[in-house]
Amino acid sequence: MSKSRVVSIILAAVMVMTAALGAGAAAPFKIGVVGPTTGPVATYGLSVIDAVTLAAEEINAKGGILGREVQLIIEDNKADATETNNAFRKLISRDQVHAIIGAVVTANSIVGGQIAQMMKVPMITATSTAEKVTQAGDYVFRACLIDPIQGQIMANFAYNSLGVREVAVLTARTNDYSVGLEEVFVETFEGLGGKIVAKESYSEGDQDFRAQLTKIRAQSPEAIYVPGYYTEAGLIAKQMRQLGMDQPILGPDGFDSPKLFEIGGDAVYGSYFTNHYHPDAGDEVSQRFLDNYRAKYGKEPDGFAALGYDAAMILFNAIERAGDAALARNIAAARAAIRDEMAKTKDLHVVTGVLTLDENRNPVKSAVILKVVEGGYEFVERVEP
Amino acid sequence: MQEVVQQLVNGISLGSIYGLIALGYTMVYGIIRLINFAHGDIYMIGAFVGYFAIRTFHLSFLPALLAAMAVSAVLGMVIERLAYRPLRNSTRIAALITAIGVSFLIQNTALLAWTPDPRSYPDVFPLRTYEIGGVYVDNRQIAILGVALVLMVVLHYIVNYTQIGRAMRAVSQDADTARLMGIDVDRVISFTFALGSALAAAAGVLVGIYYNRIDPTMGTMPGLKAFVAAVLGGIGVIPGAMLGGLVMGIAEVAVVALTESTWKDAVAFAILIVILLVRPAGLLGRQVREKV
Repeated sequence: MSKSRVVSIILAAVMVMTAALGAGAAAPFKIGVVGPTTGPVATYGLSVIDAVTLAAEEINAKGGILGREVQLIIEDNKADATETNNAFRKLISRDQVHAIIGAVVTANSIVGGQIAQMMKVPMITATSTAEKVTQAGDYVFRACLIDPIQGQIMANFAYNSLGVREVAVLTARTNDYSVGLEEVFVETFEGLGGKIVAKESYSEGDQDFRAQLTKIRAQSPEAIYVPGYYTEAGLIAKQMRQLGMDQPILGPDGFDSPKLFEIGGDAVYGSYFTNHYHPDAGDEVSQRFLDNYRAKYGKEPDGFAALGYDAAMILFNAIERAGDAALARNIAAARAAIRDEMAKTKDLHVVTGVLTLDENRNPVKSAVILKVVEGGYEFVERVEP
Repeated sequence: MQEVVQQLVNGISLGSIYGLIALGYTMVYGIIRLINFAHGDIYMIGAFVGYFAIRTFHLSFLPALLAAMAVSAVLGMVIERLAYRPLRNSTRIAALITAIGVSFLIQNTALLAWTPDPRSYPDVFPLRTYEIGGVYVDNRQIAILGVALVLMVVLHYIVNYTQIGRAMRAVSQDADTARLMGIDVDRVISFTFALGSALAAAAGVLVGIYYNRIDPTMGTMPGLKAFVAAVLGGIGVIPGAMLGGLVMGIAEVAVVALTESTWKDAVAFAILIVILLVRPAGLLGRQVREKV
């Protein structure tokens, strides 16, 4: 037997085996999950991934979706644009996933969304709040409230509940999320009759904010809106106190991390931020999630975990509703069917409330305002859309 | 007025950090004409060594600072031995590119070993804030400025008034002639790296305590800005590094105070371009014509 003969027989055997495997009814639903498990915002990614893992385990324990197991393929993108690009392309082309949950931070989801749209793979981000993310096209969804709503809610809260009239803003000029929130906050707050007395900015990764804060201090605002992430927020809070400023800091869901306390210490107490979820604001769906999450991970879920679980619920629900169409051998047809059903999500009871996706694939649901206190967050009020 | 003074305090405290890092930069350049781009990463390593000394070995502030300086000094000598000495007689651009490579190597190794997660520095240096007529100064800012000034004086003394300092100056003027005069050039250069790296480590620990946040990429931006500070003050001139750092810090703060904070980082590099065009030898540097 010649060498090439042997090779072709082996090849043929491999092909037969692959075909046999592919025909098996037990082929799982492959779901890619993309988020940072390392890096400066790793706690966001880990929360989302833990919650998605929990959701998948729960559904598999019940026999999977449509009789098939859910298989998660988790990729660490280090919150980096290039890594996100690589992760999405790998998941779509090599792993042939049905859908992707991710990315976690806004800038990455914008990158990932463009790829998902181009390759026609349904994607749902749990936590990326910038409007721009879902504007990539009809394959890109999200489970969280968009920036305009968070900025709007915080402006209303500041004006009506806190009763402040003069506010300063400090924005991360290099970050889409931060800039998006700032615009809407300023617009809403001024619309209500409030005054923005100072508008300052910084670059992500900065450690010294004293110059900006001194400038803000001279205008003596009653509160400072810092639409940013926990690392900078912690440092800003600390430096404010060192400059003798005792105003409350207002922020977005980016404050939601235990690291806020590690970096900011007691300087962050008394800050308020908008979030998607709080254990005290829940009902039976959120209570069940809370119990299961605690049992599995031995810690409290944060807002990112709640949203991660919601994203998985929205996706699993859509696959279930798509029925036979989602089982199609042709992966492109299955992906399209899942997308179509996901777009029809209506009144779905998730952890963070009752959720309907609007025509721009953004959720319509309520939000909560939390106060940072020693050892955690205190539920202040729930705000309906 | 109160705001102006506060901004000045902010600028000086920021500038003393740049100055502290720039001291090591400028000294290494002064002796062997190498811009050691890995300097910012040694500063980062210093911060981490201090962090572990405090967290894991429960050292107090001063022993931790000394430990960080010692470890970084050894690291600096090892880098010089492995990466720069084999290139001693090749072109300056080769050494410069190697320095950039060493910088990437250290940074990425640190990323692998310690993850890019920011860490909060242990609180070993209790914070005290003083208010003087509405201007706030804290003891950490004073400590950084104080340490930078003391190190500058010590360094100036070593270079100008000691045996090893004389050897360093001789090597910087002409390495071959120095060798003929019986100076162990390799040992002098090794010492220079050890000293420069120890200075960077001291800066790393102080900055870690000051901002309470360290991560493996923390050296990049301050490293670049300290480089600008060194050039601004006159690269190779020790008091120049300190002056350059302070001018940079105050300039950054002034930009924020007077215009948009968006321009803050741009100003550092604008200064670099202007100084290279107008006065390439720097503020305190002597204008020497290159011999052809």
